[in-house]
Amino acid sequence: MKWETFAHEADIGVRGSGATLAEAFAGAATAMTAAICDPAQVMAREAVRIECAAPDYDILLVDWLNALVYEMATHHMLFSRFDVSIESHRLQAVAWGEPVDVVRHRPAAEVKGASFCELAVQRRPDGLWIAQCVVDV
Amino acid sequence: MDLSRLQQRGPCEWLLPATGRMRVPGVIFATRELVADMDDKVREQVTNVASLPGIVAASYAMPDAHWGYGFPIGGVAAFAAEDGGVVSAGGVGFDISCGVRTLHTGLGVADLEAHKARLADVLYARIPAGLGSTGAIRLSAAGMAAMLKGGARWAVQQGYGTEADLARIEEHGCAAGADPAAVSEQAKQRQRDEMGTLGSGNHYLEVQVVSEIFDEPAARAYGLAAGDVVVSIHCGSRGLGHQIGTDYLREMVVAAPAAGITLPDRELACAPLQSALGQRYLGAMRAGINCALANRQILTHLARQAFAEVFPGVQLSLLYDVSHNTCKEETHMVEGRRRRLFVHRKGATRAFGPGHAELPPEYAKIGQPVLIGGSMGTASYVLAGAAGTEERAFGSACHGAGRAMSRHEATRRWRGRALIDDLAARGILIRSPSSRGVAEEAPLAYKDVSAVVDAADHAGLAGKVVRLLPLVCIKG
Repeated sequence: MKWETFAHEADIGVRGSGATLAEAFAGAATAMTAAICDPAQVMAREAVRIECAAPDYDILLVDWLNALVYEMATHHMLFSRFDVSIESHRLQAVAWGEPVDVVRHRPAAEVKGASFCELAVQRRPDGLWIAQCVVDV
Repeated sequence: MDLSRLQQRGPCEWLLPATGRMRVPGVIFATRELVADMDDKVREQVTNVASLPGIVAASYAMPDAHWGYGFPIGGVAAFAAEDGGVVSAGGVGFDISCGVRTLHTGLGVADLEAHKARLADVLYARIPAGLGSTGAIRLSAAGMAAMLKGGARWAVQQGYGTEADLARIEEHGCAAGADPAAVSEQAKQRQRDEMGTLGSGNHYLEVQVVSEIFDEPAARAYGLAAGDVVVSIHCGSRGLGHQIGTDYLREMVVAAPAAGITLPDRELACAPLQSALGQRYLGAMRAGINCALANRQILTHLARQAFAEVFPGVQLSLLYDVSHNTCKEETHMVEGRRRRLFVHRKGATRAFGPGHAELPPEYAKIGQPVLIGGSMGTASYVLAGAAGTEERAFGSACHGAGRAMSRHEATRRWRGRALIDDLAARGILIRSPSSRGVAEEAPLAYKDVSAVVDAADHAGLAGKVVRLLPLVCIKG
């Protein structure tokens, strides 16, 4: 699984990639944490279970990231490890993280929501899955 | 942006003729330099908005326009319900009713100097800012519903401010037609401990000084003189508004095909105004507006407490409060006919001209105060809605500087600590929990706000009244 953030004029793009769709989704989630702080500083101490379903994989990615945004906002947590499984447009996951520690995490931004901007979930000809969109900060 | 596709209609007005699936033309208000600097995505987004059902007159872009989601940020578009017009969750955005309010302090810059550092510390201690910060208020279900119906009026009833404040807020601090039942439980849950919080990103509370007067009579009417210290607060509807945006964007994307709407970009997700979904969104979005107005009212209360601690007896009175991510039902003259329209302003401010019925009587001869936030460390401006602006862009103007550079690029170029030290050397005190957040908001990551407001002035959208320079900035 790999992840990266990419430039958008006003906000931040998040992108995950991997051998499976689930790995790409986990990577996109890690990239979203990176839009806030250094994921390496977030310890995987507490688990939150997440489930979502959507009519297609694009919307499933937006739903997945927005479910994480909701958990971050309501539990004041950051996440760094994502155990994801996806079957026929249904996602089940456990997100691991810890409560926000402003001094240690130094959060640069708060993600308001995952958008449909630059949204793409694709399998490349070489078999690699890519999952990306822009998040509003 | 490629200028060859545009026709120049004046020094600050460019026409993008209607072609293909565009139902109306596009109009961009900006100088040649500002248009040339805009990303080609802005033209693409102006074009896409022009293709939406029921759009009236034109798809507009303000001088600070930049690449947004669906709509450009700095985009204005009005829709007529009887023409099959739509309301777009993407056209309002995630931060519903994000806006700026400016307060008089009654202090002069000389009064502040010796107490500036302490004031910065007290404000930073009292104003919850940044990710994970929480407010002191916890609302019951009934309290949440009352807040979503009442907006700033609810906040004043709870003791956060005075009746006099309400007269200086658009719609007297309360958007009519809010429907708390149309707001999801998740949205209400996100707001549970976020009342009276500033948020992060480009949101701030700034202490500023009036550095230059451009229009003496207007400045006098607004109660502003050179050397006056004011406070400006830039923030929005917090988690509740963000979740309303998330919920309805998805619902509108999924429902669009059944409503016969082909979306050129899913981020333009919309629903017919006369549909159940369109009406439900309007009810939720207006509740989001009220949440933002209540939030800015509570932050005003906290700012007043901070000032009273440092300057006992000082009174902070409201100059005005404007919102810049909204869809509002308004009456406008279109081709000689009065029409009820749903005006989307995404990163654009209302700028009603002199004599408009919605203005407080004391501003009636001058026009609406248009509060333009600059980037951290650069100027902000107060403008006045120009005469005839309702015919130009439904009474709208720019909202800020607009980003010129991605957050990525900004963090590559600058370090937060160095920026804070540089600004402190220039007399501008920054208080923020995140140095990376400061770097992302570096002054040079934004367009030149002075060029943007000059363009708004020359385009006849809003006239320059005063310039404000920052002294203290609390950033999330």
